[in-house]
Amino acid sequence: MQITVNEQNHTAQANETAGSVRDRIKADADLIIVNGFPASAETLLNNGDQVVLIRRGEVPGADELDALLTARHTPGVHEAVKGATIGIAGVGGLGSAIAVALARTGVGHLIIADFDIVEPSNLNRQQYFVDQIGLPKVYALRDTLARINPHVRTTACHLRLNPANIGEVFGHAQILVEGFDLADQKVMLIETFAARFPDRSIITGSGMAGFGPANSIRTQRVANNLYLCGDGTTAAAPGTGLMAPRVGVAAHHQANAVLRLLLGKAPEDEA
Amino acid sequence: MEITFNGRPHELTAGTSIQELLDQLRLDCLQVVVEHNHNIIPRQRLAETALNDGDTLEVVHFVGGG
Repeated sequence: MQITVNEQNHTAQANETAGSVRDRIKADADLIIVNGFPASAETLLNNGDQVVLIRRGEVPGADELDALLTARHTPGVHEAVKGATIGIAGVGGLGSAIAVALARTGVGHLIIADFDIVEPSNLNRQQYFVDQIGLPKVYALRDTLARINPHVRTTACHLRLNPANIGEVFGHAQILVEGFDLADQKVMLIETFAARFPDRSIITGSGMAGFGPANSIRTQRVANNLYLCGDGTTAAAPGTGLMAPRVGVAAHHQANAVLRLLLGKAPEDEA
Repeated sequence: MEITFNGRPHELTAGTSIQELLDQLRLDCLQVVVEHNHNIIPRQRLAETALNDGDTLEVVHFVGGG
C-alpha cells in the first residue's frame, strides 16, 4: 500500500504498524503523527495514510522542510513563489505581518527595509517579542523569519528610505509592498519606485486604524500598477489607534495581493 | 474641456495644470498619488503637467497608519 512519510511517497506492507515504518525510515524519531493526530507505535496503517515522523528539536533539511511547510498549499503555489523576490518598505504593523505571511508561504527572497527600533508600544500589533525590544526591527524580523523558515533568504536594510536609495534597495524586488506609517512617506515611496520601475506592481496600505468593521477593508486597483488595501479613510489619530486585528486584516490583504500577482491573478478580482 | 477624474467625467478650463486642479479640490499633494494617463507623476512635476481634453486622471488620497 501507498502512504506518505514526511510528505514523501512511500510503499508500506499491508497492515504495517506506524512503529515499523518509523524504524525503517527515521528510527530516531520520537513522535509519530498519523493523519494529523499523535499515534502510538502499534497503530496499524492504512493505504493513503499520511505519516509525519518528528525528532524533537531537530530542524529538517532544506528539501524535507520545503515539503513539510508547504504540504497544505494548493499544488503549484510553492513552485510559483519560491523564486520570487519581494520588497517590503517599512516593517511595522503592516510590513512585519506581511513578511511573516510571505515567509510562511515560502516566498524565496524578502528585502526588508526600515530605520526603526523595536519599542514596547509596537507589541500591540507588530510581529516582535519582548526580548527584541531595542533591536533594529529589520534584524529582529530577519531572526523571526529564519525561525519560521530558515530557507527563506532575507535581505535586511537598516536605513531610512528616501528618493535617493529606494531604487537601489529594491532594485531586485519584482513587487514592492508599502508598510509605512505616515501618508506623505507612502506617497514618496510610491512616486519614487513607480518612476524608476514603471512596470512593477506596488501594493500599498491606507486606512486600517481603529476597530471599525473588518469587512470595510478592501483590495482595490487604484492605478495601473498600484493596489490599495484598507478602508481608504480611517487614519491613525487620537481615539483611533492602530491595533492588531484591523492592521492584520489590511496586512494580509497586502500579502494575499502579492500571492495573487505571483500566481498570475488580479488581486482585486472577487472571483 | 473634459477629463476623466477618478473614473467620472470632470469639466475644467483648458490648460489647467494638475497642481491647479489639486489646489481647486483642496487636495494636499503630499498626501496623494497622481496617475495621469496611466503614469504616476512625481509631485515635482505636478505644476508643469498640463491637462488636455480626454485625459485620464486618478488621484489616490492616503491616510496615515501602518
